[in-house]
Amino acid sequence: MKKKLVRAWARHERLVNLIALAVAVLYPLVFTSPYVMNIVIMGLIFSVLSISLNLITGYLGQVTLGHAAFYSIGAYVAAILATKFQWSFLATFVCAAAFSSLFGILLGLPTLRLSGNYLAIVTMAFGEITRLIELNWMSLTRGPMGIPAIPAPSLFGVELSTPRSKYYLILIVLILSIIVVHNIVNSRTGRTFLAIKGDSIAAEAMGINLFRYKLLCFSLSAMIAGVAGAFYAHYMSFIDPTSLSAGVSTRILSMTIMGGLGSIPGSIFGALTLTAVPELLRALSEAMLHWSDSLAPMARVLVESRQIVYGFILVVMVLVKSDGLLGGINLKYERQNMRMEEEAEKEAAEK
Amino acid sequence: MFFQQMINGLTIGSTYALVAIGFSMVFGVLELTNFANGSFYILGAYLTLTFMNAMRGNFYVAFAISIIGTGLVGALMDRLTLRPMRKKGAPGIAAVIATIGFSEIINNFALVFFGTETKPFPNIFKVGKIRLGGAIITYLQIIIFVVALVLMLVLSLMVYKTKVGKAMRATAQNTSAARLMGINVNHIITLTFFIGTLLAAVAGTLVAMYVESVSVGLASAISMKTFAAAVLGGVGSLPGAMVGGILLGLVETIVAGYISSGYRDAIAFIILILVLIFRPAGLFGQKTQAKV
Repeated sequence: MKKKLVRAWARHERLVNLIALAVAVLYPLVFTSPYVMNIVIMGLIFSVLSISLNLITGYLGQVTLGHAAFYSIGAYVAAILATKFQWSFLATFVCAAAFSSLFGILLGLPTLRLSGNYLAIVTMAFGEITRLIELNWMSLTRGPMGIPAIPAPSLFGVELSTPRSKYYLILIVLILSIIVVHNIVNSRTGRTFLAIKGDSIAAEAMGINLFRYKLLCFSLSAMIAGVAGAFYAHYMSFIDPTSLSAGVSTRILSMTIMGGLGSIPGSIFGALTLTAVPELLRALSEAMLHWSDSLAPMARVLVESRQIVYGFILVVMVLVKSDGLLGGINLKYERQNMRMEEEAEKEAAEK
Repeated sequence: MFFQQMINGLTIGSTYALVAIGFSMVFGVLELTNFANGSFYILGAYLTLTFMNAMRGNFYVAFAISIIGTGLVGALMDRLTLRPMRKKGAPGIAAVIATIGFSEIINNFALVFFGTETKPFPNIFKVGKIRLGGAIITYLQIIIFVVALVLMLVLSLMVYKTKVGKAMRATAQNTSAARLMGINVNHIITLTFFIGTLLAAVAGTLVAMYVESVSVGLASAISMKTFAAAVLGGVGSLPGAMVGGILLGLVETIVAGYISSGYRDAIAFIILILVLIFRPAGLFGQKTQAKV
């Protein structure tokens, strides 16, 4: 059953992608509920984040727990440039990407020589330091009060103020990051990442400069996360340290791990599902309240415990399928297999 | 003033040392970075508070139930998630992710059952204080320090002098060789988790009483401080964890007192990063070679 599905997907990969794109493009023209739209846009932001983390965790095989730091750096750079210096949207976007990438390099330079466990700890520490600086540097970030009134994104003089236009903007950002990551992982660089993931000592013995490639991977991933942050700032028009860091790193990690390590469709799937599930739980609890008052305590537990989903996903996934739902599916490999089987059949028929 | 800061730092540092010892023991036997320590710490404090309310303020019984209960949760984490993964031979990083997931689950359970707001915690040892020079030492501070010291001594004796401790050290050195010598490795690991978690719960309760409050938000900061203390002392070394914890407490209190209290929590992270860059083996640790 599973094999058949994967093979069908491998055979019609282009068609599946086209259908997904068509659904994504047509969706806001058909459904207009602003509540659902907000969830979908958040889902797309997290898709971008999840893809960027997948570059580090899925392809390079390193666990980082401070990914939200790059996201929040991107958001703060964009917000500060837009509100204090009235920079245009494109300029803040580029600057946010550059700054996040720079911080990726700054974090990577001293720490990327560390091995797995320590890297996870240090990146977590980096995330906490970033949050503390955002919280305490009052003159720049206004601390816990956050930065309000960030202008909506505008492109070439046209302000994108409707939810629908913002949706298309984040969709474009997502597609661009898919293209970038897809091209990287299918290049010589991507194969190097996989070699490092497979066996870093063997990779080093083959002449791969581990440090340089890890740094490259880090800065790229940080850049993409920074872009997601910049979009978030312009989309929400308000940012504060809590909304950007409390549990966000774990959330992104659980999306990437559930969707599939080393799988771009997996990351998107994980991000969309795990953004939707807590909202569905909330809707369910509201329905329960509506239905009967006696269910109120249960509804309260349900709505307050919806964040537990992320924790459960992490534990269950590593126990059951540690490379994620769509991890380990290689469509190119499947196609090659199918071709070889067909040829073998042909040969058998000729005989 | 300086003397007072030193005393406060020593108090808080000895609690970091407790958690760091638990962390180091688990790291020793499993080479696992346990990210759930901070969660066990707050869970211990919350459980003590809950049982104390349930038993009309009988602290000692509540405390005993709470630390054993939390210890069992830690042992359960090993039994339910980590042991099956060891059996499958899952990569080490998967176990780390499992502890992160577990920590997230505990934190959110705590949010649901104990509420999001900071809870007041009664200080039952508010019986008096000693003036020493210009500084004031409360009885609670003395109790915390003594409890931490006694636990450290007991644990050191256990690890270095008893048969169970020998089994632990054997497991830490070479798991398969230990198994061949007839040691039930799984039991030893679960026991280590139980002790490590119990220590976190003790520290959590003592600190909650010291600052007279407890909140879920503490969890991640405590996890980080544990790492910082353990790494500073040298991961896997018990005396290292003690010294690391106390040093961290001292530095943190002094920085908070003289520079800025907003960046108090950042000190641990900065120490952590600096140690990892310049002396990854820590003060007492030995340099390890990667096995090929």
